Amino acid sequence: MKEKPDTLEQAVLTEYKYGFVTDIDTDVIAKGLSENTIRLISNKKNEPEWMLDWRLKAYNHWLKLEEPKWSNVKYPIINYQDIIYYAAPKPKKQLNSLDEADPELLATFEKLGISLNEQKRLTGVAVDVVMDSVSIATSFKEQLSEIGVIFCSISEAIQLHPELVKKYLGSVVPMTDNYFAALNSAVFTDGSFCYIPKGVRCPMELSTYFRINTENAGQFERTLIIAEDESYVSYLEGCTAPMRDENQLHAAVVELVAHTKAEIKYSTVQNWYPGDKNGLGGIYNFVTKRGMCKGDHSKISWTQVETGSAITWKYPSVILKGDHSIGEFYSVAFTNNHQQADTGTKMIHLGKNTRSRIVSKGISAGHSQNSYRGLVRASKQATNARNYSQCDSLLLGDKCGAHTFPYIEVKNKTAIVEHEATTSKIGEDQLFYCKQRGIDAETAVALIVNGFAKEVMNQLPMEFAVEAQKLLAISMEGSVG
Amino acid sequence: MLSVKNIHANIDGREILKGINLDIKPGEVHAIMGPNGSGKSTLASVLAGREEYEVTEGAVSFLGKDLLELSTEDRAREGLFLAFQYPVEIPGVSTTNFIKAAVNEKRKYLGQEPLDAVAFLKMMKEKMALVEIDQRLLSRSINEGFSGGEKKRNEVFQMAMLEPKLAIMDETDSGLDIDALRIVANGINKLRSPDRAILLITHYQRLLDYIQPDYVHVLYNGRIVKSGTKELALELEEKGYDFITDEVDLAANQ
Repeated sequence: MKEKPDTLEQAVLTEYKYGFVTDIDTDVIAKGLSENTIRLISNKKNEPEWMLDWRLKAYNHWLKLEEPKWSNVKYPIINYQDIIYYAAPKPKKQLNSLDEADPELLATFEKLGISLNEQKRLTGVAVDVVMDSVSIATSFKEQLSEIGVIFCSISEAIQLHPELVKKYLGSVVPMTDNYFAALNSAVFTDGSFCYIPKGVRCPMELSTYFRINTENAGQFERTLIIAEDESYVSYLEGCTAPMRDENQLHAAVVELVAHTKAEIKYSTVQNWYPGDKNGLGGIYNFVTKRGMCKGDHSKISWTQVETGSAITWKYPSVILKGDHSIGEFYSVAFTNNHQQADTGTKMIHLGKNTRSRIVSKGISAGHSQNSYRGLVRASKQATNARNYSQCDSLLLGDKCGAHTFPYIEVKNKTAIVEHEATTSKIGEDQLFYCKQRGIDAETAVALIVNGFAKEVMNQLPMEFAVEAQKLLAISMEGSVG
Repeated sequence: MLSVKNIHANIDGREILKGINLDIKPGEVHAIMGPNGSGKSTLASVLAGREEYEVTEGAVSFLGKDLLELSTEDRAREGLFLAFQYPVEIPGVSTTNFIKAAVNEKRKYLGQEPLDAVAFLKMMKEKMALVEIDQRLLSRSINEGFSGGEKKRNEVFQMAMLEPKLAIMDETDSGLDIDALRIVANGINKLRSPDRAILLITHYQRLLDYIQPDYVHVLYNGRIVKSGTKELALELEEKGYDFITDEVDLAANQ
């Protein structure tokens, strides 16, 4: 048989377009983890005693745990003594104009359609040049504090709002929850804190974008969002713009608390270094994200677009405690080359008449492995619990894998749980049809993938969605035969 | 416009085309007829640039360019259109978005600005009327769940939108009932113009009742064994392919 040129394979054989640099000046401490390391971190952050105690307790628990082995990912053994646990980034080198920025980075910005001012902010052009962006950020901050919304770094919150942090930190993801959550609890460096008071509808999307004073949260990020009764907030994590990061291990924890009739919408675009074509390097992303629908009629919605990282281990979950509460999970996970993703969600129905919806779209290319892992549990008390899950996989080429692991535990007879799954493949026939219409393979694959992921993309805030769509296309770029 | 000279082509090492010669001028309509397995669809695939087929001998020039040197997508952008016998379903991609991408890729290749939404919509409306296609079809995923007739009508609609120089219709009549056939044929007739050539590939004469060809060629065993005017099609209808194929087989055995 004649060797056919495999256009699909070539279309997806692509390299990370964002480069990978490690020349940021940082204030670092020595490698390794011990009680002293934790005291040092706490001390550097000038934390109160209770915070240090909390961290130490987490550390001592972590020592008793073993790294989980159940996920469908393979990676070399991590030496936790070979990691630097505190690296406060020094202020970025300020540039005078965009001409001084990395042209490769600028080219990517161009492709993503990021505005000039935003480009300046992201590359660290001196802020006084970026008048618009700063004044917007400042006026947003003023507007937020007027209505009582607290939006700051978690370090700031520990200093300024200790009563809130004490009350909620670890209330959704206990420090004992799992190996990586315990590790994070012991050594977390920074992250975001949001508090939406009763009855307030947050008038803008909150994102790390406007938290300009603490841009680099580091590898052990900790986020806590609290929505009081009848409040609403939409939070954006990450950025479609290039993330340059020198840390290989990331273990973040995100906790959401929604009180009665409150709604939290949490959107993520994750675009970290996935490693090279041969699977070398890349970020290990072990994240624990969980939301608690604490009050009746509350709602938590997770939306994620995951295109980066060598390994993704992530299950944004919702505990549906309040009666009539709603949990949602919308996910697009794209893996290429040798990336591995084991991601999904947990919907824990405790309250009566609780509803959850899961829409997961996995796209695998190259030699990558993409797994959906999800748990739907209806407890004894969860009368009339309702779940609908849909898990679709799209394969590009024949060397990648897609896996689905749905777990369903129902203890209440009135609960209704539905699960649908499909697997499809972009075929050479589809590509030929597109090419015959003048659409090259690369554009065709992007068109098909975006069509496949549309249902999830539609859940993203509008501007974010446009960028995320372009990001998907860029992730798939490569030479086409 | 199109000049095919002594084309030989293989698939999986098996020779399907064994020396095809064909000349098509602007404005002409040619019909290629022949029994099943004679190589009709292979010829369409080779001209469009399907990679499974290997051209081992011969040359094709299209509008003065070496067609075989062009990529599949560049052939399309130069103005070669293939209406598929079995149009492919692409879930999740709306027909409108798909055609918009195709139109704008072609414009980019020709150094033109992409069509804005208003101009594109206007063009869509014009062409929709021309080929009698329902707007609701165009907002659905391309070809997904379309009936046979809808798929073929959609092919002709894409042809209208892309305004090709040469349109190859691969068994566009297959699987159509008489009403659908009439609508599709009407659409194609409206797209006839002095600077556009059409190559109809068909097994049956009935399509030629609706679209009058200038020339008819009979393909058999990978070669064009007889060419003539539209009367040849009528003769085939009356006598069947045997009267030609027997003659050819006899000659081959002597």
